[in-house]
Amino acid sequence: MDLFGRLTIESLPFYSAIAASGAAVTVLGALAVVGAITYFGAWRMVLTEWVSSVDHKKIGIMYIMLALVMLVRGFVDAAMMRSQQAIAYNSEGYLPPGHFDQIFSSHGTIMIFFMAMPFLAGLANLIVPQQIGSRDVAFPFMNSISLWLTTAGAGLMLLSLVVGKFSTAGWTAYPPYSGVQFTPGVGVDYWLWMVFIAGFGSTMTGINFLVTIIKCRAPGMTMFRLPLFTWTIFVTSLLMIFAFPALTVACATLILDRNFDFHFFTNAMGGNMMNYINLFWLWGHPEVYILILPAFGVFSEVVAVFSQKRLFGYVSLVCATVAIGLLSFTVWLHHFFTMGSSARVNSFFGTMTTIISVPTGVKVFDWLLTMYRGRIIFKPPMLFTIGFLVTFVIGGLSGVLLALPPVDYMMHNTTFLVAHFHNMIIPGVLFGYLAGYMFWFPKAFGFKLNERWGTYAFWCWIIGFYVAFMPLYVLGLLGMPRRMEHYEIAAWQPHLIVAWVGAFIILLGMACLAVQLIVSIRERNEALDLTGDPWNGRSLEWATSSPAAPYNFAVLPQVEGRDAWWDMKARGVAYQRPDKYEDIIMPKNTYVGAVIGGAGFVFGFAMIWWMWWLAALALLVIFVAVVIRASDDDSDYVMPASEVKKIEDARFAELAKAPRNEMADDPGYAGDPVPEAT
Amino acid sequence: MTLEAMTVSPRDAEKYEEKEFGFWLYLMSDAVIFALLFATYLVMVGNTAGGPTGKELFSLERAAAETLVLLLSSTTFGFAAVALSAGDRSKVLMWLAITVLLGACFIFLEIGEFCGMIQEGAGPERSGFLSAFFTLVGTHGLHVSVGLLWICVMIGQVFFKGLTAPVASRLMRLGLFWHFLDIIWVVIFSVVYLPGVL
Repeated sequence: MDLFGRLTIESLPFYSAIAASGAAVTVLGALAVVGAITYFGAWRMVLTEWVSSVDHKKIGIMYIMLALVMLVRGFVDAAMMRSQQAIAYNSEGYLPPGHFDQIFSSHGTIMIFFMAMPFLAGLANLIVPQQIGSRDVAFPFMNSISLWLTTAGAGLMLLSLVVGKFSTAGWTAYPPYSGVQFTPGVGVDYWLWMVFIAGFGSTMTGINFLVTIIKCRAPGMTMFRLPLFTWTIFVTSLLMIFAFPALTVACATLILDRNFDFHFFTNAMGGNMMNYINLFWLWGHPEVYILILPAFGVFSEVVAVFSQKRLFGYVSLVCATVAIGLLSFTVWLHHFFTMGSSARVNSFFGTMTTIISVPTGVKVFDWLLTMYRGRIIFKPPMLFTIGFLVTFVIGGLSGVLLALPPVDYMMHNTTFLVAHFHNMIIPGVLFGYLAGYMFWFPKAFGFKLNERWGTYAFWCWIIGFYVAFMPLYVLGLLGMPRRMEHYEIAAWQPHLIVAWVGAFIILLGMACLAVQLIVSIRERNEALDLTGDPWNGRSLEWATSSPAAPYNFAVLPQVEGRDAWWDMKARGVAYQRPDKYEDIIMPKNTYVGAVIGGAGFVFGFAMIWWMWWLAALALLVIFVAVVIRASDDDSDYVMPASEVKKIEDARFAELAKAPRNEMADDPGYAGDPVPEAT
Repeated sequence: MTLEAMTVSPRDAEKYEEKEFGFWLYLMSDAVIFALLFATYLVMVGNTAGGPTGKELFSLERAAAETLVLLLSSTTFGFAAVALSAGDRSKVLMWLAITVLLGACFIFLEIGEFCGMIQEGAGPERSGFLSAFFTLVGTHGLHVSVGLLWICVMIGQVFFKGLTAPVASRLMRLGLFWHFLDIIWVVIFSVVYLPGVL
């Protein structure tokens, strides 16, 4: 059966009830989506307005939808692990070891590659062009390719639950274990190809946003007037361009090892497995900052808006962001202090790791000082920001502890480490993205998210976080290794049961997020954002309507200072109608991006299962699609001034109905914008 | 086709500039890929696992021939760029065709080298050193092959569309790519072949 490569009927998950139910949920979920689109007769809309869209706002929304779906999937994995460990004292629990290993591998892979990365790309897409006063990103079509390649990777991730087994090698896939000698089968290949394909998408996103921020700013928007969120996306894009090649090389060489009998990382024949670990973390550590810097950007926006005060220490925040970006390339070895480097090498990387906490500390003080003497309004995004500040500092301190190589020798591969990085990533990254989601939701959809359920979600998340992860610090100090399927030490179990309770509280937080979304959609008419500026915002994304017109700005704004929109409101030049409108050139929608993503998905699947003919066919499709697109000199259309005028007239009619300032009724409102000393 | 046909609106000029800048960034990230492959090669150059070393395998004559045709192809691409700015369509086509021929010669020589090594039992599965060698040089070869396909597509575009502004801007980026591969090859020659043979 060459036609199907190594794919056989035994690859379907009928060998275990748990695996089969996971597959069933995945398949039924996909069928439910297809069914719902059919039921609502929405195929035409989905295809012509979304799948083929090159509009950065729609691409951003699709990224975030992907991220939220994958957040649920990744959370299910986490809950399964917590449940297993809570009961697995002197017992096998309910998960066999191989299955447990798949679950911790997929949890990490999903949360990093298919939850956090799409979430950050989505927020960047939604907001950055509007913050810099641009009509779109520099390369709208490439943006669509990035989205669909990321989706192709996520699709392979979901498919791995249905066809074949996933990797058991953790989200880092260290050789020699991940080599074909010790882990035959398709699991690691699934991991490699999904990461490889999604990685291309991320590299292109990095290039796209760097060019956008450098070349597409509105007149007067100098680099030192950029909002902090845009600054963090700028540095994150640089890191993507420079760091993702390392992941590409690590994956490509491991693919060659596994499938074509190369010897990069094998035990025998001159392989060098440490090289993989270096390459992986050469990407992996910058990746941590790729994820967290945009969240820092969100916090910087949120803290200023809801303290109703200019961001404290703008320049120091920019410098700290850039410094973190540079330093992030000098610390990768702290992920493997115990793997045989000399004391001298370890002490260099330990020192650098300690140093990188300095700019991070600068940021924390800047945020605190922004709140100092501000009139704080406790909306959900602000709650997440404050929760982040308190919790993140604890995680940072445990990080400084781990940066000392002798201490790391004690903690390496224990749950102390697990507690540490969750302590950074959940408040640092996830809280930031959730804050951004609630902060910018009105900009994307034109109505605000329910605040009560947002507040409930916050409290469940933060309490759940502490209950779930503080016991893991203790367990690490008690010597519990990470990734244990069962154990014989009675002293560990109480802590693991507490952690399980914490996971349950986080589950409530997930439920609150879902309820919040449903309630908000149902009651959207009571929370409409008519002005486009629901929070009395400071940066230019609040100058557009909510949701923004396809072209964002009918007339490109003239920027006169930092906090450009606040400044315009203070000078009384906000919401001004131009004398006349001009034609606007817009990119046409195209299916080529989705075709390339789909072919990328097929290519990955074919390579995993050794269906060489299908892989060749998919490559051919990509080649033809690229050539067709590259020969198309007519990819733009002109939106006539009359149509712009029609959209803008509707906007100003809404504005006339709306209160001038949607925050003015809030009890904590500190007063209308006034000119600020610069 | 005269130069007037190539004058572009300020907005289009801006778009081409953005594309060129984006392409530079892509080349930068590609350069990082090659840098890491070079580093990997240097780490593994001694890991021959009892198999043949570079000294036994590499032929300086063949490497010199490969270098010659590739550098020549860069020169002929340069002539195509000169013809482009002179607006001479048939010369552009001629020089691009010559570039394709030279590039194909390079690929032919490289495939011959690879096949010879594999027949001698010195394929990538023989040792860590050879895995790194085939991956580094093969990745460059793959880039050259993609570049050749791209030149062929551009020959088609020049032929059917003429030297329009979008075509000219694509040719500029193709030029960047082609010369970039030349630079990578010079480094491969200096890091892989010269020390291997000397």
